[in-house]
Amino acid sequence: MEGLKGNAGAYTNEMRHDHLITSKQLSRGDIETVLDRAAEIDEDPSAVADRYADTLLGLLFFEPSTRTKMSFETAMKRLGGDVVDMGSVESSSVKKGETLADTVRVIEGYADALVLRHPKQGAAQMASEFVDVPLLNAGDGAGHHPTQTLLDLYTIRENAGLEDLTIGIMGDLKYGRTVHSLAHALTNFDVHQHFISPESLQLPREVVYDLHQEQDGTQIREHESLEEILPSLDVLYVTRIQRERFPDENEYQKVAGEYQIDTDTLEAASDELTIMHPLPRVDEIAPEIDETDHAAYFDQAHNGVPVRMALLDLLLGGDDGGVRDD
Amino acid sequence: MTENDDHQLRVSKIQNGTVIDHVRAGQALNVLAILGIDGSEGEEVSVGMNVPSDRFARKDIVKVEDRELSQDEVDVLSLIAPDATINIVREYDVVEKHRVDRPEVVEGVLSCPNAGCITTDDEPVTSRFEVLDDGVRCAYCGTIVREGIASLIDT
Ligand SMILES: [Zn+2]
Repeated sequence: MEGLKGNAGAYTNEMRHDHLITSKQLSRGDIETVLDRAAEIDEDPSAVADRYADTLLGLLFFEPSTRTKMSFETAMKRLGGDVVDMGSVESSSVKKGETLADTVRVIEGYADALVLRHPKQGAAQMASEFVDVPLLNAGDGAGHHPTQTLLDLYTIRENAGLEDLTIGIMGDLKYGRTVHSLAHALTNFDVHQHFISPESLQLPREVVYDLHQEQDGTQIREHESLEEILPSLDVLYVTRIQRERFPDENEYQKVAGEYQIDTDTLEAASDELTIMHPLPRVDEIAPEIDETDHAAYFDQAHNGVPVRMALLDLLLGGDDGGVRDD
Repeated sequence: MTENDDHQLRVSKIQNGTVIDHVRAGQALNVLAILGIDGSEGEEVSVGMNVPSDRFARKDIVKVEDRELSQDEVDVLSLIAPDATINIVREYDVVEKHRVDRPEVVEGVLSCPNAGCITTDDEPVTSRFEVLDDGVRCAYCGTIVREGIASLIDT
C-alpha cells in the first residue's frame, strides 16, 4: 500500500488512498467530486456493480449504529465487494483491553479499507495514523461524521442547489456532531446559515469561532425562534432534542415543543422549502409532513448508499476508477 | 546593559549554559516543566522569582548550566513565556541571544483537558496541539484552550 500511496499524485483522482476523518479536510472541489460521482452512480449503479469484486471493507463499530453500518455494508456490496465485521465490542479483544491502535493495525491486515465508529473524539484521526489503507470516520464521539455530511450535502444539492442557499439548522446544536460537520462543509459554498435552538443548546463557541474564520460573519446567524426566519429558508434541517439534555420532563416538554414542526408551522414557509432530518426522528417532525413535497428525509437516508459508494470508489480507486471517465 | 547585569547578579552567573530571562512572574517552574528539567540528571539550575524588571514590574529568570536549548525547546516556551529572551552562555559570555517564536505545532508537551478525547485513553499516541493566535487546539479532538495552558503541561 505504501508504494501505491507514493504514486497517488499521478492520478487525477486526488482523494485516492486518502483517509476521510473530518468534513474540514474537504475542499469545495473534493465535495463536488464526491457528489458528482454519487450522482453518476445513482443514475447507473450497474456501471460499478462489480468494480470491486475482490475488495473487503473492514467495519469497526465500537458503539452501535446499525443504520450507518448497514449503509456502508450495502455500498460495498453494491460495488461488488464484501465486508468483514469486527462485531460488537463485548465479543472482541477490545473487551480484553486491547488499544484502538492495535485493533486497527490487526484488522488492516484483513481489509482494503476501514470504517471506524468510536465513542472518543479524535479516535479516527489517531487510528488513521497507524494504518496505510484508507480509513473512513463513521463518527467519533462528539467529533465528526463526514459521510453523513456528504449525504446531507448531496440531498441539499439535489433539492435546492448549493448556490445562493439559505438554510436553517434547528434543534440540538450543542451536541449534534452532524450539525457541526455540516455547518463546516457549507462554508465552502455561498450559503447563509441560520442556527435555531434554545439558548441552552446553542452551537458550541468553538464551532462558531471556526465558522467565522471560514466565512463572512453576516452569513452565520443564531436565533431562538424559527418563526422570524422561516419564510426566507430554502432548506430546514431539523435535529432531535434529546430528553436527557434537560433536568426534568416538564422543562423538556416546554422547550422541545417550540422546535417541533407540523403543517401549521409550514404555512409561513416557502412552497419550495426542503425539510431534512438525519433520522431517527421522534416527534420533531409531524408525520403529516411526510406526504408533502417538503419532506426529503427519507431520500436523504437512501442517499447514504450512492454517496458512500462514490466515496469508496474514490478512496479505493483503481487505475481506471475514480472520477476519470474520459 | 548595566541594569541588566545588576539583575543577573541576583542569581549566580553561569559559565556555560542557557539563561532564560524575562519570563512572566510566576512561570519559572512551568518553564522548567516544559523543558523537562527536574534536576534528576544532575544539571545545575538556578531560578529567580519576582525579580524587579524594567519591562515588567516583576519577572522570573531561569538559568541552566551546561545545557544549550535548541530552537524547538525555546519555541515551546512561547506558550507560557511569550516575552522571554534566551541567552546562550559560553565561558561567562552571552554568545547568542534570541526571542522565542510561536511554533505552529507543539508535540508531547501538553495533555488534552477533554476527557472525551482519544489521547486521554491508554493509547500509544503523543499529544499534538496546533498553536493559534490566542491559544492551542488539540489536533485530535479539536478542543481549544485559551487560558491555563500551563496547567496542561505534561510532567
Ligand atoms: Zn483532545
